[in-house]
Amino acid sequence: MLQVEKLAFGFPGRSVGRDVSFALADGEVMCVLGPNGGGKTTLFRTLLGLLAAQAGRVFLQGRPLDSLSRQEVARHVGYVPQGHAGQFAYTVREVVLMGRTAHFGAFAAPGRKDYEVSDRALTTLGLQALAERPITQVSGGERQLALIARALAQEPRLLVMDEPTASLDFGNQVRILQRIRRLASSGISVLFSTHDPDHAFLAADRALLLAEGRALEIGAPRDVIRADTLHRLYGVSVSVVPLAGGGHTCLPSLAA
Amino acid sequence: MNARPVSYVATVAVLFALAVLAFGVGRYPVSVGEIFSLLASKLTGSEHALPANVETVILQVRGPRILAAVVVGAALAAAGTAYQGMFRNPLVSPDILGVSGGAALGAVLAIFLSLDILMTQALAFAGGLVAVGLVYAVGSRLRGHDPLLALVLTGVIIGTLLGSAIALLKYLADPYNQLPAITYWLLGSLASITPRDLSAAAPLDLAGLVPMLLLRWRINLLALPDDEARALGVDTRRLRIMVVACATLMTAAAVAISGIIGWVGLLIPHAARLLVGPDFGRLLPLAMIMGAAFMLGVDTLCRTIAPIEIPPGVLTALIGTPFFLWLFAFARRSW
Repeated sequence: MLQVEKLAFGFPGRSVGRDVSFALADGEVMCVLGPNGGGKTTLFRTLLGLLAAQAGRVFLQGRPLDSLSRQEVARHVGYVPQGHAGQFAYTVREVVLMGRTAHFGAFAAPGRKDYEVSDRALTTLGLQALAERPITQVSGGERQLALIARALAQEPRLLVMDEPTASLDFGNQVRILQRIRRLASSGISVLFSTHDPDHAFLAADRALLLAEGRALEIGAPRDVIRADTLHRLYGVSVSVVPLAGGGHTCLPSLAA
Repeated sequence: MNARPVSYVATVAVLFALAVLAFGVGRYPVSVGEIFSLLASKLTGSEHALPANVETVILQVRGPRILAAVVVGAALAAAGTAYQGMFRNPLVSPDILGVSGGAALGAVLAIFLSLDILMTQALAFAGGLVAVGLVYAVGSRLRGHDPLLALVLTGVIIGTLLGSAIALLKYLADPYNQLPAITYWLLGSLASITPRDLSAAAPLDLAGLVPMLLLRWRINLLALPDDEARALGVDTRRLRIMVVACATLMTAAAVAISGIIGWVGLLIPHAARLLVGPDFGRLLPLAMIMGAAFMLGVDTLCRTIAPIEIPPGVLTALIGTPFFLWLFAFARRSW
């Protein structure tokens, strides 16, 4: 689905990261962990083709990313940004319909099929009741779900989600992680970033640890998320505790 | 949902009623019956028994002026709607972005150089485009500030600069012929509109309008942060340039025949958005009808409430200023 080879990324005149290589299979979930300013968002923007790669290559379903038009990229990759309301009171349904833009011509407006796909995305995320509500008047969790629905309306093969659980309450965080697993089981690949390593244990097949723009480790969460790697990423002491029913959880220590 | 068709029908009805009123009132009153019998005879080609004066007043005097009010009001409202969506900012308008000021400078320069109406329009368009380009380029480079505030303040600063250039031209202008024309024009007026002005402005307004109507869905996406719109498949740079050019063309065409009439482009899109929501495809037609009705109402008031004509820009400012203050102070944060 997605193949990244020795990618260097950053802004014109400023390098943020380099030498990142990985591949993502269909239906695979990868979680990117790293401190603030570690380059997660810049990496994602580069993978979406919003920033030009400084070196290395990105392939989307075997085709070089930089050879694809914006419209072609949008038909393959859905982007879920960090939630925000925007200035205008578009309804939730209108916001989701915007996900269909890449599927019709520049002079066209959404047609019946686009409404059907959007309504399906709304139903998938349990938002039918909110369809006519202005996006500016729903809760943060609902807005995040609407942005995921918008990305689903793109009918993507890959979802890129930038901290989808940030600023959500505990229940909504769990619900988002459930959605991610369910999307993966329907064959969609997911790349998401988070500040909570437990989310990688819960929802990801693999984790990418990004420190100062370099991939520290890539692998199954239980292999790469360890006390020593977490200390290198975040500079704090953490125990990774195995749980009775299988799985692991991270427990930070407050002792200096 | 159900309020939407009602909004269109109601505003069209208001526009129609205002047009009938505008034909009727004035120094030479014409009755509703006379208006309709003239209209009927023109449509069927039959003779009518009305005094020649009535025909002159309706067809030669008030007709072009009413049409001009409709065209100018609709164009300014359409441009304001596009700018507000595109700059993700409900407070911008052709006035605030410097478009009106730039267009005014272009047109004043044309008067100063004694150029004809087509050159006046061309210079107004160029001036408007340069001004909005400058405001956007400078405003978006001021990092570390609230982008909304940066854009508005840059508009004010560039507007001041344009204002002093206009003042310089007024100072240099021939005080007997050019200065009165410039002053009159800067205050805005529909009084001396000729059918020839209208036939010069209407095609330009149409040329700006058609791409906007065609691109109606995509223009919605310009209200999103750039990254998001691009991730959804839109080439935002190209689209934004196109929409700015269209909106500026419409503003310049209007400004070139009517002079500067402020506030319409700010006020009307807001009012329309309150009725039908922000979707551009629904918003644009309603804003144009409301803009036409507003301009027609204002112009009719301007020529009837006092023994001398009041410049319409004065009246729109009287209505617009409190509205803008209310918006800034009390309105909710989202539209």
